[in-house]
Amino acid sequence: MTPLLQVDGLAKSYGPRIGCANVSFDLFPGEVMGIVGESGSGKSTLLSCLAGHLTPDRGAIRFDTREHGLRDTGAMSEAERRMLGRTDWAFVHQHARDGLRMSVSAGGNVGERLMAVGARHYGDIRAAATDWLGRVEIGADRIDDRPTTFSGGMQQRLQIARNLVTGPRLVFMDEPTGGLDVSVQARLLDLLRGLVREMGLSAIIVTHDLAVVRLLADRLMVMKDGHVVEAGLTDQVLDDPQHAYTQLLVSSVLQV
Amino acid sequence: MISVENVSKSFTLHNQGSAVIPVMRGANLQVASGECVALVGASGAGKSTLMRMIYGNYLTASGRIRVGDLDVASAAPRQIIDLRRTTLGYVSQFLRVLPRVATRDVVADPLLATGVPRAEAVARAEDLLTLLNIPSRLWGLSPTTFSGGEQQRVNIARGFAHAYPALLLDEPTASLDPANREIVLDLIAGAKAQGAAIIGIFHDQDARTRLCDRSVDVRAFTPEVAA
Amino acid sequence: MSDYNFAYLDEQTKRMVRRAILKGLAIPGYQVPFASREMPMPYGWGTGGVQVTAGILTPDDCLKVIDQGADDTTNAVSIRRFFEKTAQVAVTEKTSLASVIQTRHRIPEEPLHDGQILVYQVPIPEPLRFLEPSEVETRKMHALEEYGLMQVKLYEDIARHGAIATAYAYPVKVEGRYVMDPSPIPKFDNPKLSMAAIQLFGAGREQRIYAIPPFTNVVSLDFEDFPFDPSKADHACDLCGASDSYLDELIIDDAGGRMFLCSDTDYCATRCAAGEVGAQRMTLTEGAA
Repeated sequence: MTPLLQVDGLAKSYGPRIGCANVSFDLFPGEVMGIVGESGSGKSTLLSCLAGHLTPDRGAIRFDTREHGLRDTGAMSEAERRMLGRTDWAFVHQHARDGLRMSVSAGGNVGERLMAVGARHYGDIRAAATDWLGRVEIGADRIDDRPTTFSGGMQQRLQIARNLVTGPRLVFMDEPTGGLDVSVQARLLDLLRGLVREMGLSAIIVTHDLAVVRLLADRLMVMKDGHVVEAGLTDQVLDDPQHAYTQLLVSSVLQV
Repeated sequence: MISVENVSKSFTLHNQGSAVIPVMRGANLQVASGECVALVGASGAGKSTLMRMIYGNYLTASGRIRVGDLDVASAAPRQIIDLRRTTLGYVSQFLRVLPRVATRDVVADPLLATGVPRAEAVARAEDLLTLLNIPSRLWGLSPTTFSGGEQQRVNIARGFAHAYPALLLDEPTASLDPANREIVLDLIAGAKAQGAAIIGIFHDQDARTRLCDRSVDVRAFTPEVAA
Repeated sequence: MSDYNFAYLDEQTKRMVRRAILKGLAIPGYQVPFASREMPMPYGWGTGGVQVTAGILTPDDCLKVIDQGADDTTNAVSIRRFFEKTAQVAVTEKTSLASVIQTRHRIPEEPLHDGQILVYQVPIPEPLRFLEPSEVETRKMHALEEYGLMQVKLYEDIARHGAIATAYAYPVKVEGRYVMDPSPIPKFDNPKLSMAAIQLFGAGREQRIYAIPPFTNVVSLDFEDFPFDPSKADHACDLCGASDSYLDELIIDDAGGRMFLCSDTDYCATRCAAGEVGAQRMTLTEGAA
């Protein structure tokens, strides 16, 4: 079985300071991997490198493209990489405003990726947008409203719809539930889990919330000071942590 | 079907003076298809630990744990994920689910994961819920608000939705009333008759007698604690 | 003889402008940056168009300047006078006689011919600016031909108004490659963008020049189920009776009386001189008498 994403010896420094170093892993189709660690542990740097927003200093990232199989994303032209970014890849930002066009209606936000890949039939685009709003539990009557009139949870769900409408195969998520109420978080997690299952998505989720990875991620990578200190099955890492830092992380979670 | 060979395990508590606690040594256990084996031994002797190691939830320090063709002790995460989806079921003592998901979907979930069509999976889930006396008015609700006994039965329904060839049962009859206990014991007997290899922890002596072919005392695997 | 160099700009500047024009013609629809100069008029009054005109003007040229189709409005008159003074070129109001036509917001009704140059004054050259404020990003989008966003603007129009409500500065795709803002001409004029004359676009404040060579394929963007419609007021000109020209609507009294007349003054005057008569011509002549 070919991995969907293959990361080999990835490193990125900011001058003398290490962003992330020596990161290697394979992600297989349908797998959801969580990356946890405290602020500054390098998890966001890693995600940015993987998604092509940052250029790594060393290492290779290979993605299993539809046409040509595994290809080094760093060796792709920017046009190809950006094309991946709006077809096979999706990026869900922590702050929905970073991932949405706030001056464009909800329907336009969802339709943009379709139009970007050549859809030119208004009725079809609108039908797809309506369908996706429904799937993320936003009423069809809100299709022409701007995201500025939406609650935080709705904005986040809209961002997800906007990203998934082109049927991507790999979704990058940066703290997707950060800054949301606990009740809203649960709903979003449930939604994400359903979509991941239904669409056979692979995903990489960066978060500091262990409950989020327990519910969403099959596998877990724990980062500290730019290095991966532990990786494995999510429940195994959380229930039988081996590294001192992971043990500290797990034991620091407040029980409710 | 399940084979535990010379397995050891210890916990290292890095944040408590790096204390190393050996919990298992020289564990051996073979369970064939259609066989049911009970783990016995005092509380804290390592019954749950062994079970969790077989499930891949705890890492194994040394030795081999084969389930079907896979050595869980050395398998990659995705192999274990695959094993858990198709081959190895686990009914834990506690139900752990997403807050908003309906009971019907909680039970159907393992079937959906193996690619069973939705309608079929839900039908099977509803049959099991009926069998286990969960009133149909509760099927659309999340089990998080159910009573302990109800949650336990939902958990069992979930564990038996897919016919796993290997099953781990952690006190499946605890907190059940006599009627429901009978139903659960029948379910287990049925799985066994269909050829499942079963390892269980049963504090219920009668259940053990009725279901299990033999008992294994895990104290034999517990390292001598240095005085 | 004035004390200005021919056509106001110094020769080096004109060469720089011409280089930008040639590059623009070589890459139809591509916005070429140029070192826009301070001109003796405020931004928004056609400083881009004036620099392009100054760059291409020769002593033998005959210049026509229009503002929204009219030769006799302040902007047109002052630019025409500017070149009369600084370049001593011949000027005309006749579309067919002009070799260079500088325009603001219109394309003349009379088809232009081989040998003519149409110079547009452009306020905002970037068609994607509406939705993407970053110049770095819009340049990248042009480079990589990522034009989904332009379609989003039209989608928003339909979602909000039931039809593509963009009536001027309607985006076009030039020769299948660059999406271009044709300057704020009415969409009625869009079909004329594929023409025999050379079309040059100058944006002074934004420091951009772009061009459409003769007979270039220029397509107005649309949706399959909402095709481009170059509509105009459903009327004939009340002066000359033309039913095929773009019309201005004029309120003529306090009782709600109105009339429609050609925005292209030369076109209208030529037809009137040839004896064509619109519905209100007589009324108007009587009123004036």
